Amino acid sequence: MVHYQARLDATFAALSDVTRRGVLEQLGRSDASVSDLAQRFHMTLTGMGKHVSILEEAGLVTTEKVGRVRTCKLGMRQLEEEAAWIERHRELWSARFDALDEIVDHLKREEKANGKRR
Amino acid sequence: MASEGSSAASKRTAVERKGDRELVVTRTFDAPVHLVFEAWRNPELFKRWWIPKSAGMSLVSGDMDIRTGGTYRLVFKHPAFDQPMAFFGTYKEVTENTRLVWTNEESDQGALTTVTFEEKDGKTLVTLHELYPTEAARDEAIAGSAEGLPEQFAQLDELLAARA
Repeated sequence: MVHYQARLDATFAALSDVTRRGVLEQLGRSDASVSDLAQRFHMTLTGMGKHVSILEEAGLVTTEKVGRVRTCKLGMRQLEEEAAWIERHRELWSARFDALDEIVDHLKREEKANGKRR
Repeated sequence: MASEGSSAASKRTAVERKGDRELVVTRTFDAPVHLVFEAWRNPELFKRWWIPKSAGMSLVSGDMDIRTGGTYRLVFKHPAFDQPMAFFGTYKEVTENTRLVWTNEESDQGALTTVTFEEKDGKTLVTLHELYPTEAARDEAIAGSAEGLPEQFAQLDELLAARA
């Protein structure tokens, strides 16, 4: 559990930056080298390298170096995991509000039975 | 699951992260606002729905003084935890049929919760907004919600392991 939590913290921290979210979007369309990404986001190679390594540590991106080119691609599994967590949270709220819905429904029927006194 | 056919879409609960420190949950109820509000401001009714059955938790005690400046303290127990868990705080604002604001003071990472009620064409839109002190606190709350649900957690675990 702690392990998941720590990894999830890294995931959310990595996603908290607008450039890094942009990089993920870009990689969602196609793989790209670090220098492609640096160019596209108007950054130095070093600056982009830092963003990429944060994404890589969070497991959101994987990189492979062939010769002098480092190619980045999405680490899909991690994104699925994060989506699963948010969905899990939604289910909790959904269950809670389904229960509220039943009670509201009951109150509504009760009010109707009592003949609209407000 | 409880919702049937045409009403299913409108009864959907939406959860989204907003900005760095906020979480917003919305849902529309097919009833006028005074009835929906009643289910929040009447402690006996509130206790009946706040903890869904699927969470496996039960209420040990619940004191709720729902008025501006009043306090609450809810204590739950869960078979997976040795100690009961207490949630407490203060109602910052209670405005009939409009707004509820309360603090969550069980930790310094607790959110400020604001619930607004808006009636339109006989239906009521409920927006629950949580503002956390830090981004980490918010994200931990999202991740942590599954911890009270060990069964589902195990299922998620299996699912993720299968996909690895």
